Amino acid sequence: MNATTEQPAKKGRKKFELDPALAAYKGVWVFIEHERGEVHTVSWELLGEGRKLADQLGVELAGVVMGAPGEETRRFCDEAYKYGADLCYVVEDPVLENYRNESFTKSLTDLVNTFQPEILLLGATTLGRDLAGSVATTLKTGLTADCTELAIDPENRSLAATRPTFGGSLLCTIVTLNYRPQMATVRPRVMAMPDKDDSRSGRIIEHKLNMIETDIITKVLEFIPDNRADKPQLPFADIIVAGGRGMKNPDNFKLIWDLAAVLGAEVGATRPVVQSGWVELERQVGQSGKTVRPKLYIAVGISGAIQHRVGMESSDVIIAINNDPHAPIFDFATYGIVGNAMTILPALTEAFRQHLATVRKAV
Amino acid sequence: MHIVVCIKQVPDSAQIRVHPVTNTIMRQGVPAIVNPYDLFSLEEALRLKDKYGGRVTVLTMGPPMAEAALRKCLAYGADEAVLVTDRAFAGSDTLATSFALASAIRQIQNDMAVDLVFAGKQTIDGDTAQVGPGIAKRLDLQLLTYVSKIESLDLEKREITVHRRAEGGVQVLKTKTPALITMLEGVNEMRFATMPNMFRAARYPLKVWDKDAAGIEDVTKIGLKGSPTIVSKVFAPTAKSQKASMIETESGDPRDIAITLLTKLFTQHPKLEKEIGKRAA
Ligand SMILES: Cc1cc2nc3c(=O)[nH]c(=O)nc-3n(C[C@H](O)[C@H](O)[C@H](O)COP(=O)(O)OP(=O)(O)OC[C@H]3O[C@@H](n4cnc5c(N)ncnc54)[C@H](O)[C@@H]3O)c2cc1C
Ligand SMILES: Cc1cc2nc3c(=O)[nH]c(=O)nc-3n(C[C@H](O)[C@H](O)[C@H](O)COP(=O)(O)OP(=O)(O)OC[C@H]3O[C@@H](n4cnc5c(N)ncnc54)[C@H](O)[C@@H]3O)c2cc1C
Repeated sequence: MNATTEQPAKKGRKKFELDPALAAYKGVWVFIEHERGEVHTVSWELLGEGRKLADQLGVELAGVVMGAPGEETRRFCDEAYKYGADLCYVVEDPVLENYRNESFTKSLTDLVNTFQPEILLLGATTLGRDLAGSVATTLKTGLTADCTELAIDPENRSLAATRPTFGGSLLCTIVTLNYRPQMATVRPRVMAMPDKDDSRSGRIIEHKLNMIETDIITKVLEFIPDNRADKPQLPFADIIVAGGRGMKNPDNFKLIWDLAAVLGAEVGATRPVVQSGWVELERQVGQSGKTVRPKLYIAVGISGAIQHRVGMESSDVIIAINNDPHAPIFDFATYGIVGNAMTILPALTEAFRQHLATVRKAV
Repeated sequence: MHIVVCIKQVPDSAQIRVHPVTNTIMRQGVPAIVNPYDLFSLEEALRLKDKYGGRVTVLTMGPPMAEAALRKCLAYGADEAVLVTDRAFAGSDTLATSFALASAIRQIQNDMAVDLVFAGKQTIDGDTAQVGPGIAKRLDLQLLTYVSKIESLDLEKREITVHRRAEGGVQVLKTKTPALITMLEGVNEMRFATMPNMFRAARYPLKVWDKDAAGIEDVTKIGLKGSPTIVSKVFAPTAKSQKASMIETESGDPRDIAITLLTKLFTQHPKLEKEIGKRAA
């Protein structure tokens, strides 16, 4: 699979038989990532996806919760059941208080070796990638990065993990046939958030980690939390107004902010806009930026390149404004307007403003 | 001090085109570059060398043409360069790649002990971010990913303190060398190549190692054989069958267009109207 050597994709179809020792690996696991008393939503998104895989395989879905004693691990388990888990593996140990590669890698590999899941999913976050790469190497198994689709191959019950390649212009499906567990990471917001079922519950399996603080070389001296107030939170925004190179200059880009202000929306942008310094990096949507799934995405002066598309195509409703009737964005937008953004935007902002004023009066 | 920087030669993805009919990558004429993320690590390594002295060795595994990427790094100021190249590596996934690179680093160690290994945060082609952690595990190095700042390095005590980007904040971590570091993008700027370094880079006798020279005996650990992951299919994203519903008016007046859009939007998506009303209120 080396990118620098061209070679045909090897077919994994021909008469595949799983090693009997590996057939003992059963069940789908999701690593439940949490920090500062909060579970990262990517874990719930993965439980939603994991539920489908487990049902297809006819096996159980488990959450893996690791943390220090006294942390809210039990509350996280209760929540995991509501998002679809049948059971949770819990490892509680003081050395797991803050994420550190060494203690978490040991804890997760021990757990895998003891209880033998066939599939292990983690979020493609800074923590998840750090941990997944280490665990896969320690277990000597396959790991597929940044998947956008997970499915079970009905022929051999293996995990078929699909991910973008070559900057998103193509997709490839990767399988891990004769190794267990089959591991994959998925970026936040790529999978839909599952519905919460408050009536669900599950069981806990506790596991001990045999490690003491002096075993661990890396120490956390400090954690400097981000000031969330001054960081845009694009991945969770319900409404996004995004501008592209078609806005021409930072002055025109203010029209994007105007519309966003009226809608109470976040502002997003394409890579060229970020690279020109019109807006900060956190606002970049796409392959090398954020994945978003708002209820409404308004794309203005954006051509709809695949690298941008992969980051926003799960939006419920997409409105595209572009002066080129053949712009690719019109191939996947819900509504399209062909025209000059500099005249359409102010009119749209005004129309929304007036409409909202009447809506508000009515209530 | 001895630092090894792992770099990968990648196709300049900004210039990759997909054939419109066959959906295959058109590589002809696409220039190969040093993976952009690796340059942040190389620059950081060079800064440490400026401060503490020592040697920076750049290492890559790839086809013979990857030599150009190594020479580029020498021009920036790296001292030594090792190209690990062998047909037996073809088809390596990240597990097999980290095995080969870890083995090569052990060979490099024979010459001079290694204090730090740097890798890029990720590549722009494979884009997995898995090779760095893989090398660290295989060589039992302390792993420091997504580093935004090296706060201090004490060579005597073999201690290093870094800032690491985590979800929702920055971890300040203190650990022991030898360690493997992946730098975050944008945290430094690659220096210009100097004339003397450029001349030296052009003449430098590259170390070219095949699998044996890289210390690899077990060929089941490399190439396709050593790779658990198998690419079973490559395909183009399917176009959404439904094209946008186009908003047009007779007058073409922006105001009319805006009102037509709103009417359509809120009739077809009444929930959205409530949502926006609630938020903007
Ligand atoms: C490895 C890699 C990663 C990438 N990652 C990302 C990423 O994360 N996010 C991202 O966005 N891009 C990414 N890109 C870049 C991507 O390929 C495109 O180049 C980029 O998305 C294009 O941005 P744009 O639509 O703003 O600009 P353009 O493609 O230049 O489009 C501008 C559009 O504006 C329209 N326009 C011009 N004037 C007007 C006007 N007056 N009124 C209305 N419309 C007008 C034009 O018709 C055109 O369609 C990546 C590329 C690579 C190679
Ligand atoms: C489209 C595509 C998808 C792939 N998907 C997967 C997958 O999901 N799982 C998987 O296991 N493999 C996958 N591979 C294979 C993988 O890309 C190769 O193993 C590759 O050699 C290393 O992975 P990477 O490019 O992702 O590097 P990353 O792990 O992203 O690289 C991180 C850093 O490691 C160092 N590094 C990486 N490769 C080398 C090298 N050859 N020489 C020196 N230093 C290096 C660099 O410092 C680099 O910045 C994929 C390959 C392609 C082309």
